[in-house]
Amino acid sequence: MSDVYVLGVDMIKFGRFPDRTVPNIGAEAALMALDDAGLTIKDMQAMYCGNLGQANAMVGQRILQEIGQTGIPVVNCANACATGATAFREAWMSIKAGMYDVVLAVGVEQMGKGLLGGAGGGDGIPKEGLLGSGTMPCVFAEAGMEHSSKYGTTFEQFAKISVKNHHHSTLNPKAMYQIETPLDDVMNAEMISYPNTKLMCSVNVDGSAAAVLVSEKKAKELGMQRAIKVRASALASDPYTDRDLVMPDVNACTRIAAKDAYEQAGLGAEDVSLVELHDCFATAEMLHYENLGLCKDGEAGMMIDEGHVELGGKIPVNVSGGLLSKGHPLGATGIANIYEVCSHLRGEAGKRQVEGAKIGMTHVIGLGTACAIHILEKP
Amino acid sequence: MLPAVNYLIVPDKGDPYLEGHKCDVCGAIFLGERTVCSKCFARDKISKVKLSNTGTLYSYSIVYRSFPGIDVPYISALVDLDNGGTVKGNLINVEPDPENVDFGMKVKVVYGDALGRKDKDGNSYMSYFFEPA
Ligand SMILES: [Zn+2]
Repeated sequence: MSDVYVLGVDMIKFGRFPDRTVPNIGAEAALMALDDAGLTIKDMQAMYCGNLGQANAMVGQRILQEIGQTGIPVVNCANACATGATAFREAWMSIKAGMYDVVLAVGVEQMGKGLLGGAGGGDGIPKEGLLGSGTMPCVFAEAGMEHSSKYGTTFEQFAKISVKNHHHSTLNPKAMYQIETPLDDVMNAEMISYPNTKLMCSVNVDGSAAAVLVSEKKAKELGMQRAIKVRASALASDPYTDRDLVMPDVNACTRIAAKDAYEQAGLGAEDVSLVELHDCFATAEMLHYENLGLCKDGEAGMMIDEGHVELGGKIPVNVSGGLLSKGHPLGATGIANIYEVCSHLRGEAGKRQVEGAKIGMTHVIGLGTACAIHILEKP
Repeated sequence: MLPAVNYLIVPDKGDPYLEGHKCDVCGAIFLGERTVCSKCFARDKISKVKLSNTGTLYSYSIVYRSFPGIDVPYISALVDLDNGGTVKGNLINVEPDPENVDFGMKVKVVYGDALGRKDKDGNSYMSYFFEPA
């Protein structure tokens, strides 16, 4: 099987674009990724498109209607917050399978403001606020509080994660926000679902990101100078766990995908220079330090206290600003974090560059549940 | 009154209770009817069991922002029932402050009107809540 390389990758600056359409937002990133690869839509042999909000509305084809209708196969993917990473992975697989040499992956989302999840519906009466809460801030708060129960993790430690990611975003011109949020501001912000305050919840934004993936043969033909090798692509669903009917388990699923990814790459966590992981809420990031093996179980609080996960630390996490401050356009997030890691591996990340980055990891998780992990390397 | 969820049983006579569906092979307990066990994959080995009215608090959050019209703050709680099964619901009769909520605290399941919520036909519903034991 051929190795697969990312030849071109880019994202738009995340923001709110109520006057634009989903395909129009996606088309912008697609063109940017093509330019980054030095290719055109005529060179693409297939396209995989990730979008959640219009999953039944042929977003991929509508993007091609904006940038060039060449008749290539298009597949539209939806996989909760792992949607963009799933589209990327489908493109990777199609090259691995020997079907194509040059494939386009696009992730795009247009979000409303406000709370996600929980509204319920169906017959009878609404259950929100009657049988607990199904809102995302609460679901992830409950997952964080499970960690507090086991290891004594504190509200302040969770809040520090948000301080860190907001700080990182001040160095990222493509982030939705570039503002420092000191610890007091984070802890005193409106409480949404304890221990997640408003500044500990990801930002709903519109955005898109895209990548051009190529076979090794094609990469050598076109030039390897800026090519990034995909060392691993792992996708897992949620295994049975005792409480998962009432408590979506983001841990078990991530651990399966991480094990698979490290095995595919023949690497361990100690080899990774930076990680972009799914900080949909500050409480979630804490869990994934352990789930991804960045530290031992029970040490996550220490990782943030000691600064190991900051830019300049032992293993910088979410130097883009993460979902907490860069923003979280669901279907775009999985490719946007691949863009971030590629930027560092190429040495093009500007003020937030992780010096000497050789290997990077991306992680997304969508409730329901899907976890996608990629390991990328500067060849 | 109608039950708010399908795993709450409101008999004509006697007290309401929570019902689990238990795999006879591996012991996994599910909420709601099913024929296949997603833990051990056994088919047609699922039996109804009456779940305990006591348990311990496994995890929680205090919800301050919910959907319009829903009273906040309230405690969203995950409770491991004695003898198996985990259910989610509101923890009531406790001040919604982390100081007053302890992991592992003993709770009991209590039953009552579903906060006055009615369906489009005007039917009332019975629900369940947790309170300190
Ligand atoms: Zn079973």
